[in-house]
Amino acid sequence: MDKYMEMIRIRFLMMLAYRTNYYTGILIYCINIGAYYFLWSAIYSGKSSIQGMSIEKMATYVAISWMARAFYFNNIDREIAMEIREGQVATELIRPYNYLGMKTMQGLGEGIFRLLFLSLPGVVITALLLPLHFSTDIHTWMYFGLSIMLSFIINSELNLLAGVIAFFTLNNEGLLRAKRFIIDLFSGLILPISFYPDWAQEIMKYFPFQAISYIPSMIFTESFQGQAVVNGLLFQVIWSVVLLFPIYMLWKAAKKRLVIQGG
Amino acid sequence: MGNVIEVENLRKEFKAYSSRSGLMGAFRDLFTRNYKIIQAVHDISFTVNQGEMVGYIGENGAGKSTTIKMLTGILTPTAGKVSVNGMNPHKEREAFVRTIGVVFGQRSQLWWDIAVQESFRLLKKVYRVSDSDYKEHMEHVIETLDIGPLLDKPVRKLSLGQRMRCELAAALIHNPPLLFLDEPTIGLDVLVKLKIREFLKEINQKYNTTILLTTHDISDIEALCDRVIMLDEGKIIYDGSLQRLKENWGEGKQIQFTFSQEITSAELHPLTAAWGVKWSRGEQDNSWIAHVPKAHVSEIISCIVNHYEIQDLNLYEISTEEIIRNIYEEGVAHG
Repeated sequence: MDKYMEMIRIRFLMMLAYRTNYYTGILIYCINIGAYYFLWSAIYSGKSSIQGMSIEKMATYVAISWMARAFYFNNIDREIAMEIREGQVATELIRPYNYLGMKTMQGLGEGIFRLLFLSLPGVVITALLLPLHFSTDIHTWMYFGLSIMLSFIINSELNLLAGVIAFFTLNNEGLLRAKRFIIDLFSGLILPISFYPDWAQEIMKYFPFQAISYIPSMIFTESFQGQAVVNGLLFQVIWSVVLLFPIYMLWKAAKKRLVIQGG
Repeated sequence: MGNVIEVENLRKEFKAYSSRSGLMGAFRDLFTRNYKIIQAVHDISFTVNQGEMVGYIGENGAGKSTTIKMLTGILTPTAGKVSVNGMNPHKEREAFVRTIGVVFGQRSQLWWDIAVQESFRLLKKVYRVSDSDYKEHMEHVIETLDIGPLLDKPVRKLSLGQRMRCELAAALIHNPPLLFLDEPTIGLDVLVKLKIREFLKEINQKYNTTILLTTHDISDIEALCDRVIMLDEGKIIYDGSLQRLKENWGEGKQIQFTFSQEITSAELHPLTAAWGVKWSRGEQDNSWIAHVPKAHVSEIISCIVNHYEIQDLNLYEISTEEIIRNIYEEGVAHG
């Protein structure tokens, strides 16, 4: 466990090594939240609520979705693909640790860093500018904390899956781009799932994407109440377990097929 | 002294895809691709004892790196048996890699953006090295390799020589009994090379560390290894002492004559044909190199000097590099 903690620390150091990235990061998140807020204000334009969500709730939903994204989002899929493309994975495999586990920990280090140094300042800045509503119920915060932890796990698992595919194709840039877009769209980041047509909502029940953004944001805005919260969390737990199987199988096959590029 | 490395009929095959030419070819490649099976390593067998320093040499693409990658558990062999430190590298990877150290000269295993000491700290945790072991062992390593002043610099700011010394130190954090070095001196200047060689000799003597080394720099091998394994197209063509290699192949000398006037080979050949001398043109004007069997050196010199006026004369041993080149040109080594 020690080595994983150390890896999180190293990732912190790496994030701090490039400070400009960090400041522009805060700015980009604020711009995104602002843009989506004004878009939604235009859509609401006078209506007090759409699909049972008030404009205030929607503003909070947008803000918190982006803030949660800072935590669950990571680039380990790209890193794995790059390490395979450049043959750097060889130096990872001579270390006595689980490669995918270590990658996940690096993602976690990155996530915690962004949560503390990017999300929090970002939320404070946007809360000054936009009418956000924060719950005062301690349970809501606890459920939300648990929920974004699960978001992180599911998103990282999808990233690992996408990354490991690079062991077979050696270059999966297109797949990674598609995956990123699909997650932004179907996770509820851009549009809450309850706004999709019924048939689309029905289909999305069979995919893990809404577990990434929609569920934690709905919990935070208290749009989910009682049983809905429990169901949401359960949905997340199930997917985070289910996704382990394809990762395990692919990884086992990948190690056999491994080719080290560039000598 | 047990065998540290045991390899039996080890083979690695790759599929090499080839692209068809032209636009139509590119479309056809989308559906079916042509490939050939390439044997990177073809049924090799050897053993290495504890404490040996072995040079593993071969031309580019001979299969050196592929062998090392199988021995370190990175690649799965297609067929054959590998046992390193009593384990199967690929099957028991995590336990196995604790017992080895690896340096890939062409890749960095330190984290690029952070200070060297942070990488060391992480590796110390990863290999579960105790503080006291670390202090005792690494202080000495850091001092010998003279990397103390580099520890707080990020890796990207180090020169290649500085980086390579840090890489070597990083590979030794857990003081492994077996060290794989894949071209550790590539691109380094003479001083750094000497320092690294001396260091390797020292740890070999101090800890009886087994070292398997691949390199293109034959002087590395001459300085370090008693034994060489020579690889060509995936097969071992020589496995034995460097000394024996020299004795069997390095007979004779080279004499370089610089004449004061222009001479043609037609003039030289008849004079020395009786001793089986081969002539080749030297790099300077009017200079010729005679490849001579050892026994006849003085006769040949006196013969040439009697016939032509010379300005300069040099006598060379046949270098190991040349021996190896000869072996590759002629194929399998005899003896």
